[in-house]
Amino acid sequence: MDSLLQDVRILDLTDEKGQFCGRILGDLGAEVIKIEKPSGDEARYLSSVEGNEEVPYPEKSLLWLFCNANKKGITLDVERKDGKQIFEQLVEKADAVIESFPRNHLANVGLGYSHLSKINPRIVMCSITPFGQTGPYKDYEGSDLVCSAMSGWMYLCGDTDRPPVRVSIHQSFFNAGAEAAVGIMVALFYREVSGQGQYIDVAIRDSLIPCSLNAIPFWVTDNTILKRQGSWRTGLSGYARLRYTWPCKEGFISTSLVGGDAGARTNRELTKWMDEEGIADDFLKGIDWSSFDIATTTQDTIDRIEGSLLKLFMKHTKKELVERAAERKILLYPVSTVKDLVDNPQLEARAFWNRVEHPQLGKVVTYPGIPINIFGSSLKIRKCAPLLGKDNEGIYKGRLGLTSKQIALLKENGVI
Amino acid sequence: MQEGALKSLRVADFTWAIAGPWITTTLAAFGATVVRIESTQQVCLLRTTAPFKDRRPGLNRSCYYAFLNSNKFDMSLALKHSKGVELAKKVVAWADVVVESFTPGVMDGFGLGYEELKKIKPDIIMVSASGQGQSGPYAKNPTTGLQLVGLSGFTNLTGWPDRDPVQPFGAYTDFITPRLGVAATIAALLYRNKTKKGVRIDLSQFEAGVYFLGPALLHYFLNNQELSRQGNSSSHMVPHGVYRCKGEDRWIAIEVSSDTEWQSFCEVLGNPEWASDPKFSTVVSRKGHEVELDRLIGAHTLDFIGEELMARLQASGVSCGVVKNSQDVYEESNYNIRLQSLFWMLKHDEIGIVPHLGQVAKLSKTPAEPTLPSPCLGQHTEYVCKEILGISDEEFIGLFNDGVFGLY
Repeated sequence: MDSLLQDVRILDLTDEKGQFCGRILGDLGAEVIKIEKPSGDEARYLSSVEGNEEVPYPEKSLLWLFCNANKKGITLDVERKDGKQIFEQLVEKADAVIESFPRNHLANVGLGYSHLSKINPRIVMCSITPFGQTGPYKDYEGSDLVCSAMSGWMYLCGDTDRPPVRVSIHQSFFNAGAEAAVGIMVALFYREVSGQGQYIDVAIRDSLIPCSLNAIPFWVTDNTILKRQGSWRTGLSGYARLRYTWPCKEGFISTSLVGGDAGARTNRELTKWMDEEGIADDFLKGIDWSSFDIATTTQDTIDRIEGSLLKLFMKHTKKELVERAAERKILLYPVSTVKDLVDNPQLEARAFWNRVEHPQLGKVVTYPGIPINIFGSSLKIRKCAPLLGKDNEGIYKGRLGLTSKQIALLKENGVI
Repeated sequence: MQEGALKSLRVADFTWAIAGPWITTTLAAFGATVVRIESTQQVCLLRTTAPFKDRRPGLNRSCYYAFLNSNKFDMSLALKHSKGVELAKKVVAWADVVVESFTPGVMDGFGLGYEELKKIKPDIIMVSASGQGQSGPYAKNPTTGLQLVGLSGFTNLTGWPDRDPVQPFGAYTDFITPRLGVAATIAALLYRNKTKKGVRIDLSQFEAGVYFLGPALLHYFLNNQELSRQGNSSSHMVPHGVYRCKGEDRWIAIEVSSDTEWQSFCEVLGNPEWASDPKFSTVVSRKGHEVELDRLIGAHTLDFIGEELMARLQASGVSCGVVKNSQDVYEESNYNIRLQSLFWMLKHDEIGIVPHLGQVAKLSKTPAEPTLPSPCLGQHTEYVCKEILGISDEEFIGLFNDGVFGLY
């Protein structure tokens, strides 16, 4: 099947803060051209995923590798006069530009939206920055930790007796990239109707605010500030504290008390199991799960039920719990380790893992796939992240009609 | 009011909970006309989710449902009733896109599966967002975002190396999926404009979560290493952590990524003696003494008010930010125009003025804008039937008496 975004051309000037946006659009079939300065993105050389040792691979950054799959790559110094001209020629033939420079950086070198839209009124331009183009923090520095902190989401995560904590892998950049992809798609749709492009401003920090779920409504309408509670949480079906993460014999599982119809089956099955093992007392067996209303149940009752559940979980391995849950359609799932994901039968059955050739490494590497499935088959990673300047010839010669001599001259002068 | 980018788009919304509805709410925010179909018997999970206005539960009193469902028309329909399905099909005939988030098989069970919808409209775009996708051995197992966060691997990667994992707050995958869903839906619309063909889109919330953990999987496959939780530390920045400030549960996050930044950081802190200790002079040596360094910094930042320290550090080029709570974030809208346009204060029919979540992406010509407060259950049933579907008064009364609109 043809790709959904064939004929859509995107120029990608981003660094690690913004590069996931182009990845999504490339996955949907757009031609995304990653533009790097001739010495390459710094991010190519960042150490591998947080918290682990350096590994002896030429292009070390795994975040970079992941976010730049399905993209073409050219080198170009857009701040040089020749480079600027070439970029403008590319903009003439492009549909969107994505960038994540500090605010006004591109405008200061004469490549801001007002200039680019004169060259191509249909161009959609999206800027991704930590705090956006406007507001009191517009010139603040901020990477993942700071954006998580300022969004309100981090405050809600972690143990009560420790500092608030972030997810140990750059979630803010992924959220921002996804919001930017939404913005660009909306703008491209509008363009079909109106013929006009427009400018999109995405703040990485803002993209995490929705992740706080009902924390804002709780403050505004209930005057309650939700707080981190480790393996527990308030603020869902009721006001009581409910447990979400549970240890078992080895490893951890994820489940929580849910009321009404949605939880009745799970609660009945778990009670049955507890009964089989002599853990269920009369109190537990006497609960009518179909009318069980979390919103009005006391904390004492909840703690009592959870106490019994913990006893059950501690008697079984993660595997045993997850298998029986799957059989009986219980709302209970593993707290997956990375290895658990790799071994997960559902992902396997969905052909989720992609095998991607890496010419420079001389091998095929397994990648997690794309969660968008069209007419029964998932979108695929067609190519790995580009080697530096991989598509220079194709774009400069093939598309812009530059001669080999011109290309050599530009290269010598550090423009390409 | 500026023009809605998606104003020509019509959406039949069969979603429930969070992941599905956020797709349609996003489309509606940018101008699409969305008709949401809800059951009075299998009530949307969010309608029973706190906080409730005045702490009184009620199907139309959830401030969280209100937060996430602006700009939509709402129709109640009993899809187990044959006439209910007929009406639903009329909505599909009117629509460009159908979005649903039931367990796979449910739409088929109603007689509203893709093959049936294609008969009504051959070029329909149907988008399904389920927990584990439409296929595979576990497709029909029940899930909610709360378990998917653990299943997808996020929980294991959140927390401290010496402690049990903690679930990142919320049904996190519930927000990952819809952004991807919106992008895919609009891509399908552009495709259809060109080719006149419909598209069937199947989104797995589980897979969407794993997608956002891509680098961790690559670390496993390329380097044969399993990423584990790191607290707040970083492999290439130090100091990098969250430190206590003056006041109750007040913290500041600080990230230092260069020697210059380290100098500035020490200066703003008042050049404490320990800062000039040679063991903290280089990145490598700071990393080697990270635990001690974090302790020293934390003892020092205790003397500062977080917001003041942040302002001074940022002015010196040090990346940092206070750990805001929900009150901080909401009150920021008093002095940050970006958040004013993110929290729409709209008057809900039953619970009065409550916040409604807007859109993060700020578009210059066609920004997201509020048009309707979130609906009460079935608030627009009559409107949708008569004005959108062209049903006569008599027919409407007949359907109502037949119980097609559910039980109230």
